[in-house]
Amino acid sequence: MSHATGSELLEQVLGQRARVSARLDTIGATIAIASGKGGVGKSAVTANLAVSLARRGARVGVVDADLNGPSLGRMLGLLGGRLVDGPDGVVPPAGASGVLGISTELLLKEAAPLRWKGPDSDRFVWLGLTETAVLREFLSDVVWGELDYLLIDIPPGTDKIGRFLDLVPKPEGVLVVTIPSEVALSVVSRSVALLRDAGVESIGIVGNMSGYASPDTEQPLPLFSGDGIRRLTESTGLDLWAEIPFDPVMGARTDGGDPPGASDDFLFGKAFRALADRVERGVGGREAAP
Amino acid sequence: MKFVCLTCDEVMAFAERQLPGDGTLTAIFTCPACEREMALLTNPMETQLVTSLGVEIGGRTVPQQPMEQTRMGLDSPREDAFEAPAEPPAGSGPVTWSAEAIERLENVPRFVRGMVKRIYAEYAMERELQVITPEVMDRARSDLGLEGM
Repeated sequence: MSHATGSELLEQVLGQRARVSARLDTIGATIAIASGKGGVGKSAVTANLAVSLARRGARVGVVDADLNGPSLGRMLGLLGGRLVDGPDGVVPPAGASGVLGISTELLLKEAAPLRWKGPDSDRFVWLGLTETAVLREFLSDVVWGELDYLLIDIPPGTDKIGRFLDLVPKPEGVLVVTIPSEVALSVVSRSVALLRDAGVESIGIVGNMSGYASPDTEQPLPLFSGDGIRRLTESTGLDLWAEIPFDPVMGARTDGGDPPGASDDFLFGKAFRALADRVERGVGGREAAP
Repeated sequence: MKFVCLTCDEVMAFAERQLPGDGTLTAIFTCPACEREMALLTNPMETQLVTSLGVEIGGRTVPQQPMEQTRMGLDSPREDAFEAPAEPPAGSGPVTWSAEAIERLENVPRFVRGMVKRIYAEYAMERELQVITPEVMDRARSDLGLEGM
């Protein structure tokens, strides 16, 4: 009995997966920046890490997987750029320090919420599938070329981490961003467990907002009463790859499309230098800078 | 998902797809042995579910285009988000566009224009047509089943 139907739906789906895999073949390291918890500064960490690596000579791309709350288009200075239809896919714009990026922020009208065409009733049935398809297209249909690092900013929710792992089952690394609060500790611990269950080998903790800093501060001041960053590393046995203080000036620069990254010798810059060093050593996207 | 003819124990083959425009989809399957027909009818939500998967019942008539689902599905897109690459000098490309065809293409929203242009160009190249005219565009729409584009 022939099993061919003329539709071959499974083959169509496998073809989509193969396109993702083929596109990622030219990328040294695919690194997700995740948390599970919202409001911990994943996008700011992503933007500043991206420019820190790019200023060392690495070729860096960024996928803003936060389709509903995009911010990396603005943070990376991509908003004036256009996507170009090329023979091999869609060529993304380059922003701060030459970092390539894709975000729904580039695709939506100003201030328009993310909405998808489709029947109004029971949207929940197909919405997750649609958003997974869009993330898949961001990975497979964008001409990333030969990159050293592709950073993927994962939105809040452990389900979003799972969605990413469905598309990229073996990322070279995942940075789990947390803050000192006890609430963050609880949520982020679940994300670490999910990543371990999925077999992700390289997981690093990034403690964001570990204190309050400014250019005239020699030591960060306490910002949260909790000790969640240290307790997370102890309970999970994972290394702390960087502790990043909250610096309002650097935050404003990041929001304005000029993420400073590791550009100075103050606390914020030192933290991103340490993080970039650790990423280079930890996931091997390129040889560590001399 | 397959349909099997119980009489012949044969997997039924896709024959025809109909999109009446109200969100429903009809896919007709035929038994290759006895030619018995059956139809699969999906409601708008089920049709959307298939669309969200990025697959086409009956197989794709054209390869999936770059960011096709994003472009076709996004409500409130920024019209100037995409730009076409610079045009090659006249006569140097594999196909050229008549003035009427260019005018018609300009009626396509900019957000999807590059993708649609590429589909027509590939259609013409596959058939060794040197000039794309409105008639070629009509034929492509019909042959490729581009009802939704």
